[in-house]
Amino acid sequence: MSGFRTLLYKETLRFWKVSFQTVGAPVLTSVLYLMIFGHVLEGRLQPFDGVSYTGFLIPGLVMMSVLQNAFANSSSSLIQSKITGNIVFVLLPPISWFEFFSAYVVASVLRGVVVGTGVWLVSLGFASTGVAHPLWALAFVVLGAGLLATLGVIAGIWADKFDQLAAFQNFLIMPLTMLSGVFYSIHSLPPVWQKVSHLNPFFFMIDGFRFGIFGQSDASPWLSLAIVASALLALVAISLAMLRSGYKLRG
Amino acid sequence: MSPSDVPAIEVRQATKRFGSLQALGGVDLEIRQGEFFALLGPNGAGKTTLISALAGLQRLSSGSIRVMGHDVVSDYRAARRALGVVPQELVFDPFFSVRELLRIQSGYFGLRRNDDWVDELLVSLDLASKADTNMRALSGGMKRRVLVAQALVHRPPVIVLDEPTAGVDVELRQTLWQFIRRLNADGHTIVLTTHYLEEAEELCTRIAMLKAGRIVALDSTAGILRRVSQRVLRVRVEAAAALPLALAGLGAELEADLIRVPFETHDQIEGLLGRVREAGLRVQEVEISRPDLEQAFIEIMQGAGA
Repeated sequence: MSGFRTLLYKETLRFWKVSFQTVGAPVLTSVLYLMIFGHVLEGRLQPFDGVSYTGFLIPGLVMMSVLQNAFANSSSSLIQSKITGNIVFVLLPPISWFEFFSAYVVASVLRGVVVGTGVWLVSLGFASTGVAHPLWALAFVVLGAGLLATLGVIAGIWADKFDQLAAFQNFLIMPLTMLSGVFYSIHSLPPVWQKVSHLNPFFFMIDGFRFGIFGQSDASPWLSLAIVASALLALVAISLAMLRSGYKLRG
Repeated sequence: MSPSDVPAIEVRQATKRFGSLQALGGVDLEIRQGEFFALLGPNGAGKTTLISALAGLQRLSSGSIRVMGHDVVSDYRAARRALGVVPQELVFDPFFSVRELLRIQSGYFGLRRNDDWVDELLVSLDLASKADTNMRALSGGMKRRVLVAQALVHRPPVIVLDEPTAGVDVELRQTLWQFIRRLNADGHTIVLTTHYLEEAEELCTRIAMLKAGRIVALDSTAGILRRVSQRVLRVRVEAAAALPLALAGLGAELEADLIRVPFETHDQIEGLLGRVREAGLRVQEVEISRPDLEQAFIEIMQGAGA
């Protein structure tokens, strides 16, 4: 497994070397959301009993950063390597498709967790929320990051140009995260939009994580867990099938 | 077969199609261990496709390839361990320094403590002073050397160089060939593609020529050179106003004071010189052009039809 270990090390070192951009920038973005939305909406909305709006917003922002950065890591690393051609250095050695997949996904989960932790630490300056069920919280972070990292592998392999990857990010990932209840409780939505929200797997990742933090959520944590785990398994299957067939990587 | 009898590379009926384009049309090729082998052909002949299939970067449509007896698909781990490829494109990873990159590349091959060999590579390729420099800051020639080092981190018995000297200055070319020759002398099999035919002629003991996805010539370098039918006798004379009639009939040409006469066997030379003298011309200088690989290449490519 040392091919896997080295690739994981390299992928981690890659984002760590540019951490200003890969960790610092997303933390700052989340803090800006927290300051602006917290300031504007604090006292006007109280989605959960006994939780301030800023308190409610924090886990949403943490999870949003985890998810977006997990996706960005695997997808951008792969497309950069493909476009510059240095992907050959990973394709020439005896690294199996499963090791390849695992290394990219684990490194991306790590980046998601690092950014999420950063957002969390900074948010302590705004409101302290405590953690009601740490295991639930951790499970949703890891599964959610894994899911987005896997989606990033799929997008990175599929896309031939930065343009296509940006489309994936702007037209799929971004709307799904923004409409997942990061900034509001879906119970505040009209019934139709509540139903639509239930089709969005991002909603369950964020809602499940909120359960871990507050012990209360819009949906049952078990339902969220089942949906997130199934979506993860489906994407892993697709991603592994692509890698095994050599799709776009080994013509 | 004893281990040393196993061919370094064994290609059997390799075909590769890209849609309607037949990039490889049934290539059979065996390269023995320790050979210095050239794979030549015009652009689009299928050289890079063949190398990609050999390296597992592309999958054949049909046929098989073995490296040191290991199938590149079913036994890819062993096959890739036995193979070092220097890619044609000047690719690099901009995030890392030379040493980091070579350590990482070693790790991909499962080599944890490889620093001694990495140091040796750095010295041999004249990269030691750049070991801690980021890849982005290196010149093209330096990046090319790093590519060679990366291909060699796992000491592969078979080394493939895909146009390693394209756009490379004379000094680097010399360093590179000196190093590659040493590796060959140490028993490594070397496979080379190049457009510089004089390099192939000087270095390689055996040559395969590809055209439109097929091998059109496969022979020792000497054997290939023997196929060149035409030799040329050049005679520099004192003031020739016109080409003597006796030579014009043999396909000779006159250019200023130089007469070029094609011939096939060396015993014709005396007769040809006799005709020059009989025409009243005074010979100043005589030169017989040696057949070279470039001429052979052109003749074989033309002869191979379509």
